[in-house]
Amino acid sequence: MKYSIFSLARAALSGHKNWKPTWRDAAPKDRYDVVIIGGGGHGLATAWFLASEFGIRNVAVLEKGWIGSGNAGRNTTIIRSNYGLPGNTGFYELSMKLWERMEQDLNYNAMVSQRGVINLYHSDAQRDAYARRGNTMRINGIDAELLDQAALKKMMPFLNFDHARFPVQGGLLQRRGGTARHDAVVWGYAHAASELGVDIIQNCEVTGFTRDANGKVTGVETSRGKIGAGKVGMAVAGSSSRVAAMAGLRLPIESHVLQAFVSEAIKPLLPNVMTFGAGHFYVSQSDKGGLVFGGDIDGYNSYAQRGNLPVVEDVCEGGMALIPMIGRVRLLRQWGGIMDMSMDGTPIIDKSPVDGLYINAGWCYGGFKATPGSGLVFAHLLARDESHKEAALFRLDRFQRGAMIDEKGQGAQPNLH
Amino acid sequence: MRIVCPFCGERELGEFTYLGDAKPQRPAADAGEDAVYDYVYLRDNIAGVMSEHWYHGGGCRAWLKVTRNTLTHEISAVEPAAGAGAAKVGA
Repeated sequence: MKYSIFSLARAALSGHKNWKPTWRDAAPKDRYDVVIIGGGGHGLATAWFLASEFGIRNVAVLEKGWIGSGNAGRNTTIIRSNYGLPGNTGFYELSMKLWERMEQDLNYNAMVSQRGVINLYHSDAQRDAYARRGNTMRINGIDAELLDQAALKKMMPFLNFDHARFPVQGGLLQRRGGTARHDAVVWGYAHAASELGVDIIQNCEVTGFTRDANGKVTGVETSRGKIGAGKVGMAVAGSSSRVAAMAGLRLPIESHVLQAFVSEAIKPLLPNVMTFGAGHFYVSQSDKGGLVFGGDIDGYNSYAQRGNLPVVEDVCEGGMALIPMIGRVRLLRQWGGIMDMSMDGTPIIDKSPVDGLYINAGWCYGGFKATPGSGLVFAHLLARDESHKEAALFRLDRFQRGAMIDEKGQGAQPNLH
Repeated sequence: MRIVCPFCGERELGEFTYLGDAKPQRPAADAGEDAVYDYVYLRDNIAGVMSEHWYHGGGCRAWLKVTRNTLTHEISAVEPAAGAGAAKVGA
């Protein structure tokens, strides 16, 4: 159904008894032109772009649980495009532009809120590094402003400006950054893709690939039977290595747990998304009033979707260093998601060495903001068998060629990205 | 998660630093680029029981080989890492 002010009024006047399901829960057919493994934001966005941009509508999205039950429903909902390296800068801005028109494109309220993202700096050297990143953004047509302490004091007087070790000197602000309602992004893509004929199949776990005599992937084996496919794309985040292993592939990826946190609801406090530059702490305030925050990954391989206490302590210490008064707010919930940490901290969107299988993986903990861009470039790759120009550097063989895109300069140690 | 260090006893996780899978072995100097690529970049990324290197920086500063289940975080064995100083003199 099409959503509008009229559909809302009609449903309200009839006591909200006549809403139809937002999307169609499909049963698997025998064969599709494209099968996408993974019903998270990236998989559903890919299916929608395949149908809307590239005219490929005989598409299925297979999800082992329910859609959005993985990282799409576990992140801290931040969107931004403040990256500094070629490859990343253009790609994340493509994604940012798609966020800005997503709700109109999908006919769905994703609560995209461009409230601004501020990265705080705490030393002269860090200010210079942020100025350089801001300049990189601006010469690529992306908005960035370097704020001094006086400007920040007007915006957020409660910050710990005179911290003895890490005084808040200023910040790099991207006003177009912000947050989006993560579940609504999943439902919005499901809604729009379903309207165009895409089958969304839940409780359908892929258990293997079917291949022909030449080794080409011809479909998938699932918990709901065999499904044939012209092409198979995987967008399974923390499960990337497990799915790739079914096709005999090893990836330059480790799976790590990242925790996220939300406090009890408080009155409006934070006007934007903010990151601590001296530790690892990022925070925004949800529309319900809770402070949504996170920090480092736990640092060890994990598929457990839950973390340990040292990181909880570290993240909360970061928050306290920056905003001492949040020590009086109680932590409401904390949870974990499994990140596909790549060896250079940058995603992989490429054909795999196995014919017919395409990889969308390695998002580390930056996958949410990339959702629309990832969908577009992956659909482009699946439809045309060549990389989108903004994803041309996200190649699987870049590690062999020495063409890594290492935004943090950490080297091949995934738990440091 | 707590790790029972063979030298220090049971200690909290914050004392330890993680390196990663203990399986990859540094290839010989003349092994070629593919072997180095495999060693540096490719991982089994096991979902299940895995052997890992941890460093007890907040205690005895020994490198340890920890056998741990990545699905449950359950640790089934901890021993000194082969080749590390502590292992050479005997635990």
